[in-house]
Amino acid sequence: MTEQTKTRLVAGPFNRVEGDLEVRLEVVDHQVERAWVNAPLFRGIERVLEGRTPMDALVIAPRICGICSVSQSHAAALALGGVMGMVPAHNGQLPTNLIVATENLADHLTHFHLFFMPDFARPDYEGRRWYARAHDRFAALRGSAVRNILQTRALVLHVMGILAGHWPHTLAIQPGGLSRGVEKQDCMRLLGILGGVRAALEETLFDARLEEVAELSDAQDLQRWADKKNGSDFGLFLQIAQDLSLQHSGRSYDRFLSFGAYPGFESDPAQRHWRSGVFESGTAQPLNICDVAEDHAFSHMVDTAQPLPPFEGATEPQLREDTAYTWCKAPRMAGYPCETGALARQLMAGQPLARDLVARNGGNILSRVVARLVEVARLVPLMEQWVRALRPGEAWCHAQPNTVPDGRAIGMTEAARGALGHWLRVENGLISRYQIIAPTTWNFSPRDAAGVEGPLEYALRGAPVRAGEQTPLSVQHIVRSFDPCMACTVH
Amino acid sequence: MAFTVLWLQSGGCGGCSMSLLCAETPDLLAQLRGAGVEFLWHPSLSEQSGAEVQTLLTDILAGHVRLDALCLEGAVLRGPEGTGRYHVMGGTDVPMMAWVHRLAAVARYVVAVGSCSAYGGMAAASPNILDACGLQYEGVHPGGALGADFRSRSGLPVVNIAGCPTHPGWVIETLALLAQGSMAAEDMDAVGRPRLYADQLVHQGCTRNEYYEYKASARQPAQLGCMMEYMGCVGTQAHADCNNRLWNGEGSCTRGGYACINCTAPEFEEPGHPFAQTPRIAGIPVGLPTDMPKAWFVALSTLARAATPDRVARNAVSDHLIVPPTCPGQDV
Repeated sequence: MTEQTKTRLVAGPFNRVEGDLEVRLEVVDHQVERAWVNAPLFRGIERVLEGRTPMDALVIAPRICGICSVSQSHAAALALGGVMGMVPAHNGQLPTNLIVATENLADHLTHFHLFFMPDFARPDYEGRRWYARAHDRFAALRGSAVRNILQTRALVLHVMGILAGHWPHTLAIQPGGLSRGVEKQDCMRLLGILGGVRAALEETLFDARLEEVAELSDAQDLQRWADKKNGSDFGLFLQIAQDLSLQHSGRSYDRFLSFGAYPGFESDPAQRHWRSGVFESGTAQPLNICDVAEDHAFSHMVDTAQPLPPFEGATEPQLREDTAYTWCKAPRMAGYPCETGALARQLMAGQPLARDLVARNGGNILSRVVARLVEVARLVPLMEQWVRALRPGEAWCHAQPNTVPDGRAIGMTEAARGALGHWLRVENGLISRYQIIAPTTWNFSPRDAAGVEGPLEYALRGAPVRAGEQTPLSVQHIVRSFDPCMACTVH
Repeated sequence: MAFTVLWLQSGGCGGCSMSLLCAETPDLLAQLRGAGVEFLWHPSLSEQSGAEVQTLLTDILAGHVRLDALCLEGAVLRGPEGTGRYHVMGGTDVPMMAWVHRLAAVARYVVAVGSCSAYGGMAAASPNILDACGLQYEGVHPGGALGADFRSRSGLPVVNIAGCPTHPGWVIETLALLAQGSMAAEDMDAVGRPRLYADQLVHQGCTRNEYYEYKASARQPAQLGCMMEYMGCVGTQAHADCNNRLWNGEGSCTRGGYACINCTAPEFEEPGHPFAQTPRIAGIPVGLPTDMPKAWFVALSTLARAATPDRVARNAVSDHLIVPPTCPGQDV
């Protein structure tokens, strides 16, 4: 390894990542040796929240992000509910879960079809046996799958038109439940919409019943399925993944974090349909939220003597000329970086295929994308079940007081791209502190004081760089496999 | 020849793009095609990334690629201390603020998509440590990043498709009108919004209008009554066609059971009271319909309240319909 072969690249602006992103690379012998991930935009919404009436968080928090809007809204409602000692009415929890699931589903479809797959339709891959189909289906702005998915996605989001007024930026999710009562006829329309979504996904994405995909049990099962269903878009991806060995690309620390998705009912609000926790070395550990702290050593933030837990943390931007290289803070769980997302969620949920893929090759491009699509197949039947459980005529929302008492609470939920937490403190009737840790803050975190890289930075090591590449394609695949949301990252 | 659009994002959430992708029927790409509109680059949709995008920007500035419309989503961030470095466009080491100035100078039209790029919006909410502003407004005040006197090469000021988020129809129809040269200064309202949606009020088409007529009001989320008296709704003053055009098939804020917060207006982010509570002075809601004498409003609502049918009064404070309208001759 000589100095002559070491080159530096700056890749940006990165698109199809929701927001702005720059990745600096040090390349040695056609491989990334080290990477620095920079979120080049600062938003500062936490500072907007501070000093306001607590309930205003329901208006402001969703506007952190246009793609995780409902998740932000949900986290805010949970945090407020925590301070108010209120959990949603039974009948409010179901449609809230439906709304969160709808965003999750729409985001996964957006990611796969519009953000992730178009890179395989680039001319760089001309000559591969799958190229013609990848190009026909997924070429950006032109492929036939692009229009297919815009139509299906718009249909998915009709659920929002009924339950949430619109998407993004709804105010429907309240600490006490939902602001919109659902009548019998609404339930029938919801089932109709989900029927249309199911049909579209079963026809083109999977060429199979959703249940068949949801029940895939291990890598061999997936392989058998891929051979049989290679005419589907999922099958096409699996064919590409095998050809390009995507299971060996983009591995990170294999420490997975989920806050758990879809809260249970009043009788047991702490329970989650998909469990919370940290999955590592084949085992699921319970979540200890007190172990979360944020490090500012490499962030353009006023530095702190030590990493601070969010209840003590602050967001004071400071353009630093020293070690800082990003507006993103570095969250750590008991001192370690964590990867979060659909894969983490499905690992915690015990989905056997996700667990088998991770047991073999850890978190990588293949396992992240498969987990997302398996989750799609699991979500729709779940949503159908929730619609059938709605009870028109019963209360949708508890009466809410006009003022929020002093106190502090954490609102934890899952955005499509992973664990989202809001740490809220109310003093003298106003928000005195609001700290947010978004999924991509975990995944695209910078180094911490110990020099430990964030999950993406670590995952990029070893990525191949072809001669003349300015924005290496391998890097783009790995970056997008996390389904990043930079808007949230720098909230 | 297609009408070319370059879409950039800065101090915002990306929600206007996400909303744009909800366009139907037909879908976004089909509608743009019909209108003869083509993206040179869009952050969510285009293939080009990194160096390819930088080449495109260079070509536009050099005049090799024609730029018909520069669309900006998100506020312009001027901080810290006027450097614009709260947003440096990835890979370029140049603040987005500077890119916007350069590109606006060569674009035929400059379009603000969303309230952030129009007026500053939520990005500019107090304490505004970002020093965020709109392209040609700073809240209600003309000025902003490009200045009150800015005119794009077409001669038009910035077109402000305000909204938080914007409805896909507002954006597509505006671009389509620009593409065929059918949008003139008189097609924009006093704060630069396309009148195609800003000449209506959210109140028009609101399904709660019967409750409004009788001042039969909701006091809690999910109740069916009018949200103007207690729940912070300003749909009677808000310029937008949300309750006629509808969102995601059949929705709107008021149909979703929550207040219209007037998100198409400059400074909606600072209402001066909690968003979901109507401020009241001596029991009368502050912020009545803008073009109605207050005394008349008070007189009419006192009368209307007295005349409220039992059906309307009871349904207003219920979260589902409990008293249906009667059928003539079938009294129970």
